Amino acid sequence: MTDVTPTAEDFSPATSSISVEQISRPSLSYWQDAWIRLKKNTRAIISLYIVLSLAFFTLLGPIFWNVDPSLQDLNQISQAPSLPKTAVLVGQYQRWSGIVLEDFPAEPADYPDSVDAVTDLRPFELATTQQVRLVWNPVVGAAGYNIYRNQRLPENFNDLGLPLGSTYGGNEVSYEDRLSLESRPYYYAVVPTDGLDEYEVYTVIEVTPSMIITLAEASDRQLIKDANVAQTGTALKLEFHPFGTDYLGRDMLARLMQGARVSLFIGIVAPFIYVIMGIVYGGFAGYFGGTIDSLLMRFADFVVALPFLLFMILFKIAFGIGPGESGIFPMLIALVLLLWPATARLVRGQVLQIREQGYIEAARLLGAKPHYLILRHIIPNTMGVILVTLTFAVPAAIFTEAFLSFIGMGVAPPTPSWGSMCNEGVKTMLSHPHELIFPAVFISITVLAFNLLGDGLTEALDSRMRSRE
Amino acid sequence: MRVTLAAVLLLLFNSVNAEFNTTSVNFDSQSITIALTQEPPQLNGMKATDQVSILVLSHIMEGLARYDRRGNIVPGVAERWEIDEKGATFWLRDNAVWSDGLPVTAHDFVFAWQNALDPATASEYAFILYPIKNGEAVNRGELAPSELGAYAEDDRTLRVEFSRPTGYFVNLTAFTTYFPVRRDFFESRGDRYAADAGDLLFNGPFKMTKWVHSASLKMVKNENYWDRENITLNAIDAQYITADTRARLNLFIDGKIVHTALDGETYKDALTQRFRIRRFTTGSVFFLEFNHRAHRVTRNLDLRRAIQHVFDPHEMVNKVLATPGNLPGESLFPVWLNGVDHKFRREYPAPIVQIDISRAKQYLAKAREELGLSKIPPLVLLASDSPTAAKQAEYLQGLLKAKLDLDIKIDIQTFKQRLAKMTAGDFDLVNAGWGPDFDDVMTFGDLFASWNLNNRGRYTNPDYDRLVRTAMNSAVPKIRMDAMGELQQLIVDDAIIVPQYEQGVIYLLHPRLKGVVRRVVGADPDYTYARVVQ
Amino acid sequence: MLAYTLKRLLAGVITVWFIATATFIAMHQVPGDPLMNDKAVSAEIRKNLEQKYGLDKPVVEQYFIFLGNMLEGDFGISFTQQNRRVNDIIRDHFPVSATLGILAVFFAASGGILWGALTAIYRNRTPDIVIMFLVILGISVPSFVFAALGQLLLVNINSLLGQSVIPVAGWGTISHMLMPSLVLGLGTMALLTRLMRSSMLEIVNEDYIKTARAKGLSPMRIFFRHQLRNAILPVITVLGPQIAAITTGGFVVELVFAIPGLGRYFVQAVQQLDYTVIMGTTVFYGAFLVLMVIIVDVLYGFVDPRVRLQ
Repeated sequence: MTDVTPTAEDFSPATSSISVEQISRPSLSYWQDAWIRLKKNTRAIISLYIVLSLAFFTLLGPIFWNVDPSLQDLNQISQAPSLPKTAVLVGQYQRWSGIVLEDFPAEPADYPDSVDAVTDLRPFELATTQQVRLVWNPVVGAAGYNIYRNQRLPENFNDLGLPLGSTYGGNEVSYEDRLSLESRPYYYAVVPTDGLDEYEVYTVIEVTPSMIITLAEASDRQLIKDANVAQTGTALKLEFHPFGTDYLGRDMLARLMQGARVSLFIGIVAPFIYVIMGIVYGGFAGYFGGTIDSLLMRFADFVVALPFLLFMILFKIAFGIGPGESGIFPMLIALVLLLWPATARLVRGQVLQIREQGYIEAARLLGAKPHYLILRHIIPNTMGVILVTLTFAVPAAIFTEAFLSFIGMGVAPPTPSWGSMCNEGVKTMLSHPHELIFPAVFISITVLAFNLLGDGLTEALDSRMRSRE
Repeated sequence: MRVTLAAVLLLLFNSVNAEFNTTSVNFDSQSITIALTQEPPQLNGMKATDQVSILVLSHIMEGLARYDRRGNIVPGVAERWEIDEKGATFWLRDNAVWSDGLPVTAHDFVFAWQNALDPATASEYAFILYPIKNGEAVNRGELAPSELGAYAEDDRTLRVEFSRPTGYFVNLTAFTTYFPVRRDFFESRGDRYAADAGDLLFNGPFKMTKWVHSASLKMVKNENYWDRENITLNAIDAQYITADTRARLNLFIDGKIVHTALDGETYKDALTQRFRIRRFTTGSVFFLEFNHRAHRVTRNLDLRRAIQHVFDPHEMVNKVLATPGNLPGESLFPVWLNGVDHKFRREYPAPIVQIDISRAKQYLAKAREELGLSKIPPLVLLASDSPTAAKQAEYLQGLLKAKLDLDIKIDIQTFKQRLAKMTAGDFDLVNAGWGPDFDDVMTFGDLFASWNLNNRGRYTNPDYDRLVRTAMNSAVPKIRMDAMGELQQLIVDDAIIVPQYEQGVIYLLHPRLKGVVRRVVGADPDYTYARVVQ
Repeated sequence: MLAYTLKRLLAGVITVWFIATATFIAMHQVPGDPLMNDKAVSAEIRKNLEQKYGLDKPVVEQYFIFLGNMLEGDFGISFTQQNRRVNDIIRDHFPVSATLGILAVFFAASGGILWGALTAIYRNRTPDIVIMFLVILGISVPSFVFAALGQLLLVNINSLLGQSVIPVAGWGTISHMLMPSLVLGLGTMALLTRLMRSSMLEIVNEDYIKTARAKGLSPMRIFFRHQLRNAILPVITVLGPQIAAITTGGFVVELVFAIPGLGRYFVQAVQQLDYTVIMGTTVFYGAFLVLMVIIVDVLYGFVDPRVRLQ
């Protein structure tokens, strides 16, 4: 022990240059912490990129792809995605009276049991996608002919394909086909008839119409600058449809871009609002329990049981949506008003379970107020379930919108939405799958983004998962 | 996992072309199975209005006359008749009996007709009995049903007096509303008449033995039917009820049903399956109807003409509907209607409207001037909520915008709301259609007469009414058809409607089933004379 | 428990009454005329029809007549099928829908719980990711597509085998029911899968699971006795309303598979504005839903004794 002689200096107050406690990390609230961990979550980041690219597609897409989404092109109906097609410029369609032979009887003198097949079946002129004109030599004993068209070489008499039409008279030996012609091989067959029934003989010819466009159409679509200067017979590049076209020849890409606005708005905003509504409603019902719970939940039952379609029609009237007007905002309200109970019920169920847990009791004993308990302890613990319902609400809202547009509420034609494009595409899903696949893929991507975000959020929000890091 | 997935995909998209293994036809028992598009809503013949009910009723009931396998009118319950301008007399055959063995008498017809016209029955098809004297007055409640001009002179003789010359009256008697009903049976069933298989009495070639609502319905050969020798089929079993065409095609591929209609999509699968596809024109006409009420812009003739001159029915049929069988609409009168000696349309060809954009634009300019508008306000196009209706409406919207710069607001409405709007006149344009109730020009001709309640656009024109009256009150075919020919011209000149198409269907029929008749009026398809071949 | 159930049943009756009243008002507010059809009818006929259905009386009187009849269990005569009672329609078609619905819920619940548990166990690994993609596909594609594809699958299996092994459509035997109920249950199965996964993940680190593990219990036993039982609550919560929704909401599936269920009456009645069928089916559905919810709430207590209902 050494003697220390205190000096006056020793009695002056000490200045502390360092704080007593060293805090290695800034103090974070629960939500701040969640945010940091969300940023570290790969899934959440992926979902963020998806959402960003969807926003880009919706908002900036039309700038790069400036095509009118409601412009119909009846020459290119239900085209699969392909490179731009070329067509030959032709003049106006001229009616064709066909060929009726003067020197051949329309009705045979007697109806034989069998006749020969027609001969010399040939195209009358160059076959185009505007019309295919066929002529043939008459058959003795025939009182008319049936004309068929197939896309494959017929195997037998029962495999002639589409019954296009009939002529009534053995001397009517021509037929004009204009039925949705494409530039592809067709097998035409002609069968003689006795006016009612067919003779079981047929003649087949292969015809491949060439793609054409009329001058009038070309100038309407601004494919040629001046209709007076343009030469018929020249080849012309048709509009490019990278995603193909729909059932009225409208550009799929442009429609997907325009449809995204409605679908993303309804698909994101509506679920967001009604899930929040459900959380608050279910949270309170579950927390307070007893009479309040009973009353609130009986009201939720009541809303669920109302006939949806009937009330949507009623909403439409109540909001005064006129014909051809878009009622997106009223639809949003209607969706929210009718769809919240499912979330509310789910949240309530979770809250019922959680509020009996020890930590809640502890917090309550420490004097926590109900709103603090609900927001701080209960809701975060139900987050996983809530996020699941949110992700499921997205496609549900998108399809509900489509259904409502179908009954005249929501967007008015020709404005597209992903949901209504899907509904249209379903009808042709086997022959023109692209009309279903593209909108379905976009809906899937949106749902995927929300699922990833949901998973990321669950992991970020769940305090118990922190312990595993 | 991967293997099963591949197998499933293969099964889904690689259609297998197996032997036609089928249970839908049975040669030994001469029975077939079919699918109905919906549950028959009303098998009370006096009140039935829809296709499916009429299909079933026409197999299990029979009127005074019936259609044969060639589609001609032949004796049914009546073995012969005499008809003139004033009325008709029917002599009933003595071997026509009800399924309980009692004879079908003239009283059964009188009872059915009086009952159908009785306003208390509230039959929507009562108007089809109006050719009978006092029919309309009875239906309006002005006269008692017993005042109807149809009398049973005895059990086997039925005398009918006409309210106006009705040369096609015998054709009418083949229709469901004209079928007989036996009073004692009807009264014994009360409200439940025709509610179940046991609540009906049959006098047709078949009788209904089982009816499970919305699920199945079975008809078997009626052993008491007078012409049973000519009926080959023993059973028609409707085992499925669905309106979904793809489901029906799948049932057909699976050999479960003998007949199914194809649509613009399913026919492609039928082609892949190499099925024989058949074609049939249903006889219905579809058209764009204008609202002719006051204060509607569509009341303006030049506006209507402008639209008339840009609408190309060929494009509609070939590019929009895009299934074979539909005919381009040229007239209110479809091609199958009979004229004086030949088909009406052959004797009175429909006036051709040449598509002409520049002329249409002139009409439009004139219309604007007459209406005093710098731009035609958006027109409301009323459409039903069926997928094809929406497609057609969108096509029209695009067409009128591109060619005439007319804005169209499509008003999609569910069935009843659409009807309510049509009746109230809450539209400018509406895509409408009309199917025949009987095979005479008049079933279409009086559609736009000022008194016709189905004239939803409220078109009124004394010339039109005069032509209809001329045809109605004459028994001379030439006079009637001339009037209708003139009417056909008037419809085009006055642009009352713009015809769009005559409906056609394509369908599949089991190759071993012969003798099925497709019919414009009455039961369609008609299996009465069908037979299964080996 | 009994007192609670009785109280709930009483509250349920009141709920149903509210549902009936709201629907009745809405139905009469919607424009359109239940008596109007494709063919226009004369004023006299209309008057008679109005009389038959009591539409000539003031709406308030109609309401009380309806309530009176409802208490007697009589919903009147259908407007579209004029000789059928609404009671008969429900009696004939509800059992079909219920059978289909129960089977669908069975598929959905067993599939959902199984897949959900699987994804939770293999969290962020291949099975989890694959199942998540399937789930997303399942909810992003309209149910009509699955119905059509399911049926097509049956057709192709049958034609591959050369005979009709599984019926393509129709109703009657158990083999008729498999594919439609599977298709019908897909959406719910997807939802339950995700719900199950998330609630499994929430409890996987709970102390009692750790304790169980520390005690040396077999993983199977931990899974069934502790995890499953605790994670299943949200599944049960949604199951109640889902049973009701599935049982009556199978319109598309009923159409495609030609099933005589009640679902088509629900949709068509509103489209046709068939007043009596709308009221009958809605009240019936409401009662059914309320009952399901009560059952679920009572089940809560059994599954999780911690949940106090009072």
